[in-house]
Amino acid sequence: MVGIITYGTYIPRYRIKLEEIAKVWGDNAADIIGGLGVKEKSLPDMDEDSATIAVEAARNALLRRDIDRNAIGAIYVGSESHPYAVKPTAATVGAAIMATPVMTAADYEFACKAGTAAMQTCMGLVGSGMVKCGVAIGTDVAQGAPGDALEYTAAAGGCAMFIGDDNPIADINHTCSFTTDTPDFWRREGQAYPRHGGRFTGDPGYFKHVQGAARMMLEQMGTAPSDYDYAIFHQPNAKFPQRVAGMLGFTKEQIAPGLVVPRLGNTYSGASMIGLAATLDVAKPGDRIFVTSFGSGAGSDAFDITVTDRILDDAVFSRGAAPSVEELLADPIYVDYARYAKHKGKIMVQK
Amino acid sequence: MSVPRFWRKIPQRYNLEGTHCEVCGRYFFPPRNLCPDCRRDGRIVGHTFEGVGTIVTYSVIRTASDQFSDLTPYVLAIVELKEGARMTAQVVVENPEEVFIGMPVKAVFRRLGTDGESGVISYGTKFVPA
Ligand SMILES: [Zn+2]
Repeated sequence: MVGIITYGTYIPRYRIKLEEIAKVWGDNAADIIGGLGVKEKSLPDMDEDSATIAVEAARNALLRRDIDRNAIGAIYVGSESHPYAVKPTAATVGAAIMATPVMTAADYEFACKAGTAAMQTCMGLVGSGMVKCGVAIGTDVAQGAPGDALEYTAAAGGCAMFIGDDNPIADINHTCSFTTDTPDFWRREGQAYPRHGGRFTGDPGYFKHVQGAARMMLEQMGTAPSDYDYAIFHQPNAKFPQRVAGMLGFTKEQIAPGLVVPRLGNTYSGASMIGLAATLDVAKPGDRIFVTSFGSGAGSDAFDITVTDRILDDAVFSRGAAPSVEELLADPIYVDYARYAKHKGKIMVQK
Repeated sequence: MSVPRFWRKIPQRYNLEGTHCEVCGRYFFPPRNLCPDCRRDGRIVGHTFEGVGTIVTYSVIRTASDQFSDLTPYVLAIVELKEGARMTAQVVVENPEEVFIGMPVKAVFRRLGTDGESGVISYGTKFVPA
């Protein structure tokens, strides 16, 4: 069956606490932190961007399982912060993991769900026999305008899922999607920061689409939330995934391992995939995992996944060979707002 | 660095692709096509360095050209790769005081520089404490 043959995550070491951001804008830190359920968020080093994060995530996946580079026939990188407007991040990743030149590649953009769209494309290519292995990456150094609500959560990180049918560590039983044309969040060409519809982003955006895809999955598979050991929902903050889990009938315990946003922030295209990675980090053979991403604009991709015996089989896969999400979240370096602004290029300099 | 020159060096910069003389066992980075010891008797093959090594010596750069001024202070080091070859590279640390001679390091993929606001972005290898 088509599934995940290896996976890797990367999160930069830098963090800023939300109270530090609130202090700069004169906001009430306790209200913000309480409202979002997020305490701190990651930010890139001065020389990190979506491409370097994608490469580190892919290399971490390869530490766990040394995939034959000739078998890698496709790389898709989902991000809304590709370093270039025109020039594919996926080609840089291909060169950096020595998978070029016999492969296809492209960059994806669909707000926070471009990475899961890349997973679906790879599933199709592997399932049809067009490629042996496809690499799907979600990566972002997310942008929020100074003083905008998004600035409290826009974070940096990425995750790579290698999709194939050669002894997967997790079978992907099914995927389905729910998509509409909804202007809840956007960024026009040439603009540095995205804009959003404020309160409009919740009901017609996140909740409608996540529920749309999730209920479709349960119906198509004939399953109930209790059939799953774990669930991951896109996490722009901690409140939305907790609320939608409750609406659908999933428990706090099911979403706990994948709910990394309180200490990480929203890594946009990386978010649902890092949640899935954090869950795979602790999963046992036989565990069933429910995933639903969300991207503004708007759409959700749902996945029904079963972890296989291979996840503990040292002959093919070594989970401990690359850092877990928990390890990547440990030992952060905290910065103040001035340093954060410098890292994010928010300080105007003479050019 | 010009775009063609950078492009030609991508295998070296991204993946530390060097060479190895099978006769005397020496490793070369940047790659050499002729072994200086064995000369015509040498047998040169490609070798991708593992990317782990130790710091031989280093200096802390506090004043840099415009392109790197954002990064100061930063550490520029000579790293001896496990296989034996030496290379100069930046060591990424939060505080330059952390660095010492003999420090074990490993390769990471970072931005090496950008040609202004509209030019090409150069990527390649830096090191972090292992
Ligand atoms: Zn020789």
